[in-house]
Amino acid sequence: MNQSTYDTSLKPAHRAANSKLSPSQASTPISTPEAVLEAWHISKRFGELQALDDVSIRLRSGSVHALLGENGAGKSTLVKCIMGYYQPDSGQMTLAGKEHLMQNPRAATRDGIGMVYQHFTLIDNMTVAENIVVARPDLPFAVDWTKEATAIQAKMEHMPFQLDCQRKVSGLATGEKQKLEIVKQLLLDTKVLILDEPTSVLTPVEADEVLGEIRKLAVEQGLSVLMITHKFREVMHYADEVTVLRKGKLVGSVNVADTCPEALAEMMMGTRLEIRPQPRVEITGAKPAKLSLHQVSVENDQGLLAVNGIDLCVGEREILGIAGVSGNGQAELVAALSGQRSLAGGAIRVDGEQYVPTRKQIAKHRVYCLPEEPLRNACVPELSLALNLSLRNYDSPETAWFRKIMRFGVIRRRVKKLIERFNIKTTGPNEPIGSLSGGNVQRAVLARELSEEVNVLVVANPCFGLDFKAVRAIRNQIMEARNKGAAVLLISEDLDEIMELSDRFLVISKGKILHESRPLEADIIEIGQAMAGQGQTMSSAKPTEECAAWQSA
Amino acid sequence: MTDQRKFNYRTLSSDEPDNLFGGAMPKALEAVLITAGALLISVLLVAVFFLSAGHQPVEVFHTIYRGAFGSWFSWQNTLVRAAPLLLTALCTAIPARAGLIVIGGEGAVVLGGLCAAVTGFQFLGAPPLLAMTAMLVSGCIAGGLWIGLSGFLRHYRGVNETISSLLLNYIAIAVLSFLVFGILRDPATLNKPSTHSIGAGNMLGTLGESSVHWGFGFGILFCVLLWFLCKRMTFGYELALVGGNPRAARLAGIPVGRVILVSCLLGGAAAGLAGAIEVVAVHGRANASLAAGYGYAGILVAFLARHNPLAIVPFAILLGGIQASGGLLQRAHDLPDATVAVIQGLIFLVILASEMMYGKLRFPRLMPFRSNTTLKAT
Repeated sequence: MNQSTYDTSLKPAHRAANSKLSPSQASTPISTPEAVLEAWHISKRFGELQALDDVSIRLRSGSVHALLGENGAGKSTLVKCIMGYYQPDSGQMTLAGKEHLMQNPRAATRDGIGMVYQHFTLIDNMTVAENIVVARPDLPFAVDWTKEATAIQAKMEHMPFQLDCQRKVSGLATGEKQKLEIVKQLLLDTKVLILDEPTSVLTPVEADEVLGEIRKLAVEQGLSVLMITHKFREVMHYADEVTVLRKGKLVGSVNVADTCPEALAEMMMGTRLEIRPQPRVEITGAKPAKLSLHQVSVENDQGLLAVNGIDLCVGEREILGIAGVSGNGQAELVAALSGQRSLAGGAIRVDGEQYVPTRKQIAKHRVYCLPEEPLRNACVPELSLALNLSLRNYDSPETAWFRKIMRFGVIRRRVKKLIERFNIKTTGPNEPIGSLSGGNVQRAVLARELSEEVNVLVVANPCFGLDFKAVRAIRNQIMEARNKGAAVLLISEDLDEIMELSDRFLVISKGKILHESRPLEADIIEIGQAMAGQGQTMSSAKPTEECAAWQSA
Repeated sequence: MTDQRKFNYRTLSSDEPDNLFGGAMPKALEAVLITAGALLISVLLVAVFFLSAGHQPVEVFHTIYRGAFGSWFSWQNTLVRAAPLLLTALCTAIPARAGLIVIGGEGAVVLGGLCAAVTGFQFLGAPPLLAMTAMLVSGCIAGGLWIGLSGFLRHYRGVNETISSLLLNYIAIAVLSFLVFGILRDPATLNKPSTHSIGAGNMLGTLGESSVHWGFGFGILFCVLLWFLCKRMTFGYELALVGGNPRAARLAGIPVGRVILVSCLLGGAAAGLAGAIEVVAVHGRANASLAAGYGYAGILVAFLARHNPLAIVPFAILLGGIQASGGLLQRAHDLPDATVAVIQGLIFLVILASEMMYGKLRFPRLMPFRSNTTLKAT
């Protein structure tokens, strides 16, 4: 690595904040009486990827402990190790002072560890009582339903959430379903409750109610809760302690009382911003705008505004990064730009013309897109690589006679060239794309999107879960597209990636743009504040200097 | 194991993993093997059924063969029955390529036939070619719109297309009965209420000297044309995208709703044509015998052919043969009329169950040491 690596956070104010977050001596785990669950030096590797690297965590009895980190930081892997779904490569765990082997989920349930998953594990067409009974590990051959129902009803009196046992789950609201999941665990005599992003499916009001009750359970009944989240607000309001993971490593554990969202954001992202800008063709002066969004709003699956009136503008030969914690509207924004979701309001303009992603306009304006999870979002897994790589140009005059009859010979030759140029590892153009490895799917989709001359490129988390070599190759391709003149919108949860690639970047939070800066002028504290949702919404009328030329034109 | 090395020259010569020795199968071969296996298993199950009915299975199978393909006479019988199956199978197969399971062929047949008969009555004195064209086209339109309604409901209103097309079958049959017993009834038809005759002069002829009518030719033509559309044209590619992953189709800018609607219109038009041909070539008028189960047998043919329009041809002939042998089975073995339905049902069950075998079939490793690892080692 010959590029410079330097610390951008040398300001005194920041130093002071830093001293607050001294990691709680993770290296010297001492089993303390109040610790109900301790995991020491857990490491787990999946193939090339070191998912967890020597992570230790201590959960005190009767407390709510938040586990904070970006996507892919290793939060889920850690709790899955604790639950026994994965066996860690190294590390131990104690439960109430005694060693607990992380063998299988049943052992965890038996010892009083319960987990509520991010997605519901309820049976929709059964009643509340039936769902509770079915969850029991020691289900008898014949169930005496009336007896069970009265027993559950009796126990329900002491529960924080009151649910009518006779109601069908399909009739419950989302918040009630989440409550049922929690009640289900409590009725199993759970002492340690693990929640995996419990509020991701809830509205803010429901989330507050559920978390408030969880907190009460911890304080009043001594329940110990380990809660995965990436929402700072929930950590600050409902947790006693917080452990932050980053890229599989333990950053530190702190008392919530001693910290603030900015400090947490900084722990999540890293105190040192490593800026290694890629070599790029620098251009000066105003860049003509290629892609611009005007008050764009997009709804999510629940019909709520996930993107709320965004204005932005990407110029020629520019990579505009959009940073932010996942789930703040990025996925919906990409879906709207790629044509997978319609706009709830506002307009997209490309080259100054109104743009609606129909096939004609995509081809005319050459707006291409590499969404995240390309196998799910941009490919037909069971179709061959050749056909998947023809998505953009199957009806061009070269690949189809009269734009109607496909010329498979031409397509195969073209795809073979792409395979070579983008170094896709495959048995040949006829291999179904679903059987390629993740990195190769990513490369293949990028090859497809860049095979035509690209004018506007939208890229979302292009390097998520890939190994070092694949990351290099893909970032080089993106930079090359930019250098050739494309406007690139790079949406990424990886701040390092934004810093490395972008010419200019924005921070998105709750569907709004809160911060704009350039990598070399980046201020980690301001970024952290914006990511935590604190800051002024960027004035919608304010034209960026790059777009000034276009605005006046 | 020194002789391992002897075989390595094979793997050395190619960068591609040696598919023939342990590995995933090519898709086409997989489909052929699984379908053949499923047919074999259904033959065994049918044999058990014959045994339970007190018959020697080998003899009964021989009778089926004689009734279906044993002579020129039975061949003609078979092809006449295969003609509508070719077209009704397309009604399931084309929407299936866009990811829809449409089972409304029966309704489209009935309405296609009804419309053809009504049109034929209007063209009584017209030149035969004009009258025939008008009848067949009106059948296509009626069937297309009927199944198109299912596609429309699916895409724009979120109604499950399998349910809606099934229920539309009943509605179509009820509409036919209502009209045939009512305002469209030819008073001369006493035992079997029917519409007015389209006139003997406007009936579709037979192929050469045989009793096989031109409908069979239309069926083959449609299968070939739609095969070309699905496998060689850009629309077929769009169908595959929409059926495989609608998100990817939207990313490509393909209007998903329109593709779904067009696939239903095409499939419905094929089934409507089947109904029109039944009227124009066989019955000469529309009546309850239009709902003879061709639409349902077509579903089985489409699944056997894995929704490949060209593969529909042999399977439609096979099913036509089984249906044609029904009469002989009755006469020779005293088996009930429902035997044919039992055979079809068993085949359908086994074919549906065989779907789970896809992707699980692998070539046996004839020589365990010939694998990709040796390629890397050398």
